Amino acid sequence: MTQTAPTEDVLSAPHVLEYPYRRSVGPVLSRFFTALRERRILGVRTRAGRVLCPPAEADPATGAAVTDEYVEVGPGGAIETWTWVARPRTKQPLARPFAYALIRLDGADTALLHAVDAGDPACLRTGVRVRPRWRAETVGEIGDIECFELES
Amino acid sequence: MSETPDTAPVKTIKTPMRLEYQYTAGIATTRFLRGIAQGKILGQRCPSCAKVYVPPRGSCPRCAVATEQEVECSDKGTVTTFAIVRVPSENLDVPLPFACVHILLDGTDVPFFSVVQECPLEEVRIGMRVQAVWVPKAELGPTLQSIKWFRPTGEPDVPFDQLQEHL
Repeated sequence: MTQTAPTEDVLSAPHVLEYPYRRSVGPVLSRFFTALRERRILGVRTRAGRVLCPPAEADPATGAAVTDEYVEVGPGGAIETWTWVARPRTKQPLARPFAYALIRLDGADTALLHAVDAGDPACLRTGVRVRPRWRAETVGEIGDIECFELES
Repeated sequence: MSETPDTAPVKTIKTPMRLEYQYTAGIATTRFLRGIAQGKILGQRCPSCAKVYVPPRGSCPRCAVATEQEVECSDKGTVTTFAIVRVPSENLDVPLPFACVHILLDGTDVPFFSVVQECPLEEVRIGMRVQAVWVPKAELGPTLQSIKWFRPTGEPDVPFDQLQEHL
């Protein structure tokens, strides 16, 4: 990297930009997070009969409101696609290298984004089976699933 | 969440965002911060349009030329706009409510962000004259925290049409 040398010492300091938001989740995701606290994963059925997990208030394909039929999905599922995080940052889900993956849970027609503790990126490919690793204490948030791990 | 019984539906979640940077001030802002550490507010004047920028960034965004002429600015100014903050945030340690303001320091051309204290909130207004309240000399440092806040001077308000260009 070519840089012009500064003509005098410039000041430099750590700068943290932080938004500690708490957001309301709405009626549909309320069901999802409440179920997570009980270590269950819920999807919601659309009018077209598909199961959305994570659930949404409207079918992304049609825009129509979803039904009020909630379906327990997973807990296992298959990786659709992933990206490898070789150098995790401090606030990321795992301290060691991991994958962010879109995971289609059994019984769902859409994919959930979560961390996969795969150890080695060579273990990853589309269709690889994973299952959730739950935290000892659950509070009703996505982090109640610490991460997914490879089945078998 | 300890305040919610385990059977109550989950209504809210925390979605924190945190970005950790190493901020390098650059030459112009470094000079400004070293000035602050001496209790002085240093701006820079554009050689082309003569506008005075504070804090200086080293160039004029309108004329796209370097600003090198240093100008010592007054620590008195005029409120150009304000917002009353009433919503708590976990990382905010200022007692609520308080007034965030933009202040046009005398002789400068861009407003400066700060907080107004020592005045009832309902009196904070566009055109109000204010002056910086500095920390004690021994505590001055190269940080904007050297200015605790601004307080009203009691001078007559500046009419709106004189501020219009600087909103």
